[in-house]
Amino acid sequence: MAIIKTENLTYVYGEGTPFRKVAVDDVNLEIEEGEMVGVIGHTGSGKSTLIQHFNGLLQPTAGKIYIDGEELWKEKSRLREIRFKVGLVFQYPEYQLFEETCYKDIGFGPKNMGLSEEEIDKRVRETARLVGLDERILKKSPFELSGGQKRRVAIAGVMAMNPKILILDEPASGLDPKGRDKILGLIKEYHQEKKNTVMLVSHSMEDVAKNASKILVMNKAKLFCYDETEKVFHRADELTQMGLAVPQITRVFNRLKTAGVDINDDVYTLKYGTRLLLDILKK
Amino acid sequence: MQNFLKAERVRFSYVNNMENPPVVNEVLKGVDLEIKKGEFVAVLGHNGSGKSTLAKCFNAINLPEEGEVYAVGFNTKDEDKILDIRQNVGMVFQNPDNQLVATIVEEDVAFALENMGVEPKEIRRRVDEALKTVGMYEFREHAPHKLSGGQKQRIAIAGIIAMEPKCILLDEPTAMLDPKGRREVLKTIKKLNRENGVTIVLITHYMEEAALADRVVVIDSGQVIIDDVPQKVFSQVEKMKSVGLDVPQVTELCWELKNAGFDISTEIITEDECVEALLGLLKKEN
Amino acid sequence: MLKDITIGQFFPGNSFIHKLDPRFKIVFTIAFIVMLFVADSFAGLGIGIVFVLMAFLVSRIPFKMMLKSLKPILPIIIFTSVLNILFIRTGDVIFKWSFIIITKQGFTTAAFMVIRIMALIVGTSLLTYTTSPIVLTDAIERLLSPLKKVKVPVHELAMMMTIALRFIPTLVEETDKIMSAQKARGADLESGNLIQRAKALVPILVPLFVSSFRRAEELALAMECRCYHGGDGRTRMKQLKCSYRDFVSLLIIAGFLAVIIVFNILGI
Repeated sequence: MAIIKTENLTYVYGEGTPFRKVAVDDVNLEIEEGEMVGVIGHTGSGKSTLIQHFNGLLQPTAGKIYIDGEELWKEKSRLREIRFKVGLVFQYPEYQLFEETCYKDIGFGPKNMGLSEEEIDKRVRETARLVGLDERILKKSPFELSGGQKRRVAIAGVMAMNPKILILDEPASGLDPKGRDKILGLIKEYHQEKKNTVMLVSHSMEDVAKNASKILVMNKAKLFCYDETEKVFHRADELTQMGLAVPQITRVFNRLKTAGVDINDDVYTLKYGTRLLLDILKK
Repeated sequence: MQNFLKAERVRFSYVNNMENPPVVNEVLKGVDLEIKKGEFVAVLGHNGSGKSTLAKCFNAINLPEEGEVYAVGFNTKDEDKILDIRQNVGMVFQNPDNQLVATIVEEDVAFALENMGVEPKEIRRRVDEALKTVGMYEFREHAPHKLSGGQKQRIAIAGIIAMEPKCILLDEPTAMLDPKGRREVLKTIKKLNRENGVTIVLITHYMEEAALADRVVVIDSGQVIIDDVPQKVFSQVEKMKSVGLDVPQVTELCWELKNAGFDISTEIITEDECVEALLGLLKKEN
Repeated sequence: MLKDITIGQFFPGNSFIHKLDPRFKIVFTIAFIVMLFVADSFAGLGIGIVFVLMAFLVSRIPFKMMLKSLKPILPIIIFTSVLNILFIRTGDVIFKWSFIIITKQGFTTAAFMVIRIMALIVGTSLLTYTTSPIVLTDAIERLLSPLKKVKVPVHELAMMMTIALRFIPTLVEETDKIMSAQKARGADLESGNLIQRAKALVPILVPLFVSSFRRAEELALAMECRCYHGGDGRTRMKQLKCSYRDFVSLLIIAGFLAVIIVFNILGI
């Protein structure tokens, strides 16, 4: 059974005004449980609007959304309950920290879920370990930490709610290369350990390519495709035309192929690219 | 020009007086760096390496505790010259939202000139010219908050170039932008350097951006550790990774092949160079 | 909702009204308010309304915007009319039930007050519709500049106003974002009693304050880098110049005001 399913999902901003804009247009989608999905599309493609539907922050203008088999918005009283299944981490999540200590901030979500003190404590400690925050940091005020640490506290705050689906909007933006690798690495670890569904929204194709098993591409409010990573990168030309920057390595292999080299051109990670070249060269 | 931008054995610390005893965090530990007029220099370093602190020394926002900093010929300690320095060494920051002052684009671009006491007619001329240079002239009467990140950042750049500075320091100007915004801003920066001869110091986390510069300076723990042309800098793959930085994918690819014993240059930083080198290698090996 | 507030919104244009010197426009608006308060009859108010409608027509601001400007003050209008209708007990009684007495006088006074408030709002909105906030602040700064002699920090106040205007939309957007983010963490902003609701605002307000401080710090730095050093020796790109238009308008306004005063004296 699909964990997220949409039927003809459509969302229109400013209906009835001169600013009317279709942000999500007739999207039909089924995402299997346990998948690591990369979501790409340029600014204004509708990807942010789409993900805000998955935890009920936006109500579709038309169409339906099913989370874990249950229809969202069917009964408004169930909304909050279903919302707890979908954790949403916004861009620059560190700007939403507010508690006196990191411990309390990570516990905010679980507390809102009405969990017991022991359960909250357990979850806070477990997620803190997952994102690499030690006891000493938990006692500190989030405002004393470095940028990268703050970001990890904020992400832990959502992970602690133990959602079946974790959606992260640009989790690595604004960080230096080491910070990027660290955040993306811990998201990958979370996914491997928890086996939960993770959706990673990013402008960086390199990041998506390295981590996701499937990719969802939004273009001009429509679902362009949702497919396995290599199949999506196989359409590199179309992605480039859309204004998306495919990884440098993909472009290099495409050009080698065009130049007549007999080589796979669905290369999207450095590791795979290097291996491929070494195989040919050693022959 | 003598002493265009020059740091000599510069030390600088931030002091946190909230703690008792006060915590002193030494950020710059004896930096020596000279930048010549007309250069395009990229500065790399992980967060907290001291690169922003150093940049702020060049326009007299930070004054060194030890050592000297010269900007456009003046010592930054010379208080009478502060406005001359600020006017000639402009600075653009990461968050475009937090550096625009006015509610109308052209008013914002005029802000610095008004502060400098330039004649109204001359302000008009320079504002129009600056907006045309960054390609935002047709937006001159718009409200900044309705523009995209890349557009806002170009307005911020226009606000600086209207001062007609000799040099612009850009502190991660593309960090908060999407790929399109990044391309727009980079194009503008390159144009300013190539066509208008403005000296550019670009602080960035994106290696592809640094690859465009004439020279790359790597800062780690408050010191300059590498200072060379981009090809030579990025070919030191291991050293770069050890200080928390990256290299362009094409450079790393060639480096891996070289490590595997193949004859390929590691001083490759662009896609074109990489494709050419690989084709050459494949022909030779087969 | 925050988005409904039209006061402070600006519609760029090229009309006669747009081109007026903002300093004069402020003076005219004050004169218009005086007009409304001097008028003590419906006829006098009528003259005031004719004046503001004329001004609206000349400005070519869509008529819809006039109605829109009245929307946020609807509660005040209703409140005033109810108050007047219920508490004025002189004049012919038209309705009486237990302690409630409604008189004809009550209705007329209510109508008079409502028309006055509406005209007031429409007139002042016209000022902000046709004058960009920055020009307006600039004009206020210049009108108040004589106060600098008595050490009133006029420039600083005007600068603060400009920055506030610039950051209101940014902060509204940010509030929206923080609210969504906390809602996604299960924060309940809609239910509970007053105290619970006030408490629920903490997760919104703390990040908002923190980010405002951060923004203020960055903005101050950016301003310093752009040679900002207070109001001394500052020039302006846009010079304010009064022209024939301003004097013509001055005459027209004086005429209207005179008519209202004559009406008052004659008791029309």
